[in-house]
Amino acid sequence: MACFIVPAAEAIAVTIAQKVESRKEYRMAAQNESNTNAEMMTESASKPFRIPFSRKLRWLSALLWGGSILLAFEHFWHGEIIPWFPFLSALADTEGTMGMLREMATVGVGMAVLITLVWGGICLAADRIASREQAEPAVKRIAA
Amino acid sequence: MTLLITVFAAVIVTVTWYNRKDDSMQLGLLCFLYWGASLMWFVDAIAEYIELHDAYFTPAPADMLNDSFLGLSAVALGLVIWLVRLLITDPKGSVRRALRK
Repeated sequence: MACFIVPAAEAIAVTIAQKVESRKEYRMAAQNESNTNAEMMTESASKPFRIPFSRKLRWLSALLWGGSILLAFEHFWHGEIIPWFPFLSALADTEGTMGMLREMATVGVGMAVLITLVWGGICLAADRIASREQAEPAVKRIAA
Repeated sequence: MTLLITVFAAVIVTVTWYNRKDDSMQLGLLCFLYWGASLMWFVDAIAEYIELHDAYFTPAPADMLNDSFLGLSAVALGLVIWLVRLLITDPKGSVRRALRK
């Protein structure tokens, strides 16, 4: 009925968080660049590669927006989204509104939770893959 | 059927993304778009299965046809969103070059 509204709301929140985080990381990178202390440079060079959190948030945002847009299309297809006020056919009567809220609380929340869990898994896997790529040359060197 | 068609689209795009030469086609966006929709329709399918039980796996031919048509339309919409973004961001500069001719 309107289950996509829950992930869409999460998508808005994540997009805002991603913009804030991205700005913070940009400021930190600029600060590090301006610091010409040699000791600091060797320290940062020895640090393992880490995927920026803003990039990970962008993945979550893309998953949520993508799903929400295509699901909104599906709801439009089934006549659950209408091009005039109140824009959702379920809002026409109380029974429909209750059903819509129930669906949002069950299916909608389930969608948002599953996407967030899968994103968590993607982040963990991505961190491991990125660190593996970095460790591989050292392993090869030892083997040689 | 909608879920199945979107999952197939997501797998095909992901394999294409994995074999990419560079990021100029921005296939990552399309991957996230289809995987996001697939996961959401998967939850929808579970909810429907809880409601219908075995009847979920034996849909009426008319419903199946409608769902297939919806799935293909959703895939097409995803492609259009990706294409519009690709043309606007224009990573290869093809649009810019064509406009300056």
